[in-house]
Amino acid sequence: MLAVCGGVGLTIMICITVFAIKYRRRYEGQLAIETHESPWAEWGWTIVPFFVFMVMFYWSAIIFFKHTTIPKNTLDVYVTGKQWMWKFQHLDGQREINQLHVPLGRPVRLVMSSEDVIHSFFVPAFRIHMDVLPKKTSYTWFEATKTGTFHLFCSQYCGTEHAGMIGSVIVMEPQDYEKWLISNSQGSMAIRGQELFNKLACNACHTGNAQARAPYLNNLYRKPITLESGEQVIVDENYIRESIYKPNAKIAAGYANIMPSYEGQLTEEEIQLLVAYIRAMGSGFDQMPPVSNPTGVQPYPAGGNPDGSLPYKAGQANQTPATGVPAPKAPTSAAEAPKAPQSSKTQPSKKE
Amino acid sequence: MTPAATVKFPEKHYLNEGFGWKSWLLTTDHKRIGLLYLVSITLMFFLGGFFAFLIRLQLLTPHGEFLKGDTYNKIFTMHGVVMIFFFLIPSIPATLGNFLLPLMIGAKDLAFPKINLLSWYIFIIGAIYVLWIIMVGGLDTGWTLYTPYSTKYSNTNVIAATLGVFVLGFSSILTGLNFIVTTHKMRAPGMTWFRMPLFVWALYATSLIQILATPVLAISMVLLAAERFAGIGIFDPALGGDPVLFQHMFWFYSHPAVYIMILPSLGVVSELIAAFARKKPFGYKFIAVSSMMIAIFGFLVWGHHMFVSTMSVYAGMVFSFITYFVAVPSGVKVFNWTATLYKGSIAFDTPMLYAIGFIGLFIIGGLTGLFLASMGLDQHLHDTYFVIAHFHFVMVGGAVMAYFGGLHYWWPKMFGRMYPEGWGRLSALIVFIGFILTFFPQFVVGYLGMPRRYYIYAPEFQVWNVLSTAGSTILAIGYILPLFYLFWSLKYGPVVDNPWNAKGLEWTVASPPPWDNFAETPVVTEDAYNYPLHPMGEEPQLAPGQDPMPGYRMPSETGATGD
Ligand code: HEM
Ligand SMILES: [Cu+2]
Repeated sequence: MLAVCGGVGLTIMICITVFAIKYRRRYEGQLAIETHESPWAEWGWTIVPFFVFMVMFYWSAIIFFKHTTIPKNTLDVYVTGKQWMWKFQHLDGQREINQLHVPLGRPVRLVMSSEDVIHSFFVPAFRIHMDVLPKKTSYTWFEATKTGTFHLFCSQYCGTEHAGMIGSVIVMEPQDYEKWLISNSQGSMAIRGQELFNKLACNACHTGNAQARAPYLNNLYRKPITLESGEQVIVDENYIRESIYKPNAKIAAGYANIMPSYEGQLTEEEIQLLVAYIRAMGSGFDQMPPVSNPTGVQPYPAGGNPDGSLPYKAGQANQTPATGVPAPKAPTSAAEAPKAPQSSKTQPSKKE
Repeated sequence: MTPAATVKFPEKHYLNEGFGWKSWLLTTDHKRIGLLYLVSITLMFFLGGFFAFLIRLQLLTPHGEFLKGDTYNKIFTMHGVVMIFFFLIPSIPATLGNFLLPLMIGAKDLAFPKINLLSWYIFIIGAIYVLWIIMVGGLDTGWTLYTPYSTKYSNTNVIAATLGVFVLGFSSILTGLNFIVTTHKMRAPGMTWFRMPLFVWALYATSLIQILATPVLAISMVLLAAERFAGIGIFDPALGGDPVLFQHMFWFYSHPAVYIMILPSLGVVSELIAAFARKKPFGYKFIAVSSMMIAIFGFLVWGHHMFVSTMSVYAGMVFSFITYFVAVPSGVKVFNWTATLYKGSIAFDTPMLYAIGFIGLFIIGGLTGLFLASMGLDQHLHDTYFVIAHFHFVMVGGAVMAYFGGLHYWWPKMFGRMYPEGWGRLSALIVFIGFILTFFPQFVVGYLGMPRRYYIYAPEFQVWNVLSTAGSTILAIGYILPLFYLFWSLKYGPVVDNPWNAKGLEWTVASPPPWDNFAETPVVTEDAYNYPLHPMGEEPQLAPGQDPMPGYRMPSETGATGD
């Protein structure tokens, strides 16, 4: 790309320079020399670039297509963008702010949504870049090939501390990653999701038995279901969110339109917990204990600079520093499970 | 040296037609309105430039000791708004276009002189309004006004600003309408479509975009204001809207809008190249038609600003494809200009230096556009300084260079006096060097991953930012110099009539032109740029008597080394 463009660009510039010198006006009143206008040249430099462009297009489209096709069996991490921080939830229960730990050599899928405005998840070193939209899930993925700490930026302008919405991705050797997982566990997302599920009384209808007034959710995640309209949809994050917020938009075949809307009652992180629970349903996860005794994550100031690799000074931001995420108690049973930790509330939006 | 004595300053011309402020503020003369625009957009240019200077000052250090986040955000927003809406969009069409379009096609004025004045008033109202917004607290959404930040989260004057942009749009639409009707209806007898100067073609294509795209911007602005004011759910997902819809609407205008900014420049450069190579542009018809192609296909590529906006991959592919398609006519122009130089008689006066600088920078700007059009690469480069560098190469290296070139070229036409050539060349050189130094480092730092709109940044990016800031001071000098010597020349410049010995109807009337342009309607009997040529195969030599202009200023036999 650079070679072709650079080559063509240089050639033209050299032509211009050469012509400019060779045909400079040497005396007053010098006239231009008559030339023959060749239609060959004209059509040539219309059509040849066109084909060159087509090659570029094809090539880049293929690359993009590969980049956007997410492999199966990824390690999933749930990402929330929020003015002005990145929050991560790992399925095993680890939660982090502005830092993302991932293992080397394993495809990682990021399941992202925003609590407020549009952000964009940009890790230059991995060439990944995807907008993070409010109330909509977008996905991107990468597979790290080198250990180390890499910059993470928000690249879609999002307000006052946009420049502070930075962090780092820490790529670890798989065994170090396992260690990290264990030392940071605090009860899997699914368990916290289940607790939320029960608290919101979702289980009153989605009882999971034959007389239930609502669909059985086991083994649904990323599977197609049939709607009342006959249409098929895949049960993914966006479908689940819509079903919670706007239950009457798409009715599963065979059920009445009776589900209430939970619009405005849940944060994106809570939606992610519910999704995690639904993902886990049917895999018998609730019999499993959490990976280990949970300890909390270290609290970072919002928009902070955990590893000091960026020149961001916490406190430069005129914002409320986020309270650290409280370490939940170890769940002894599902009923007694800790409350879903409440993180700092969204900044209230101000109007003119 | 100069036989200037033979050129007499005309006794009656449009400048001394009337004095007093009324004769200016109530004028319907397209030439005077052109000058009104010239003064207003020059002020806006330096206002926007002042903001740019603050941006660069802030980015000198990674820690941002100078401005706070909120202030910085307001400043880059106002820089973008002022430069785009108040400088670039009106720049060439409203000043040079207004002044020259009737002269170039042999008309006495535009089709609707009063509407022309009205559009200037609308422009001024918009401009004053926006200045007022800056005073009372500014705007911090970026000129792109993306939702839902703009509708819900920003606590600056969004509604007021959208109103300003809305009002301003009418100015643009009216000018476009005026130009289209004028081009269709008021051409002198014999001035067929393919005898029109290329600048007129470019203005025509620009005007089409102005009247077709601007209403979409107006609609987006109204919807945005409605949502912010009344909570109508159009873009806000919490209200059932779609934030990406705004981006589609916004770019449906704003992508064609970049052609509003660049097409007239392409036209100006075609004029300059022809005049200073003393040759009809190679492939005249191709250049003319390529302007129209760019205008038409420019409407179909807006999605290339949104490859990573969660838009479908397949939609992205279509947009990427069409984007390459629009690149073809742009390439055609560059090739044709180069071919025009071949065997020309090339003089290196100031306007030509600007034109050649333009081509060089436009090539870089255009080719990096291909990088951004390829989705695989854009995924990395999107919203980084690479993008900033790309559009500055096209907009500043392109549109502004051409504007300055055109201004120097037609300055003697406008005022009948010549600016000091040495200073002119010097400023062209300074602008070129300053420009490269300012914006080339931004390609590098963008490729390394520095996102745009950051008021603090990672320390490893600092080197490039310091280079860029250093360059911007040089650039600023290059822009300020002409302000002085052009002013000076209004009074002290040597009197000239057609210093370039250029062809074109606008040069057949006196400089400065009489208020009614043509005492009697000219009849056009030859193609545009019908410069006399040496027959093929003959060595060029002094052709006595072939130079028709007696009062000819000494051209550049001396300094003609491509400085
Ligand atoms: C001395 C000359 C200039 C310098 C140093 C300069 C610098 C900058 C910088 C650093 C930014 C990036 C702000 C950011 O997004 O982080 C920017 C944005 C921009 N500049 Fe300039 N600029 C200059 C002149 C111009 C001119 C002459 C124009 C138009 C004719 C222009 C149009 C823009 C636009 C449209 C943006 C995008 C604004 C946005 O991101 O919202 N600039 N400029
Ligand atoms: Cu952000």
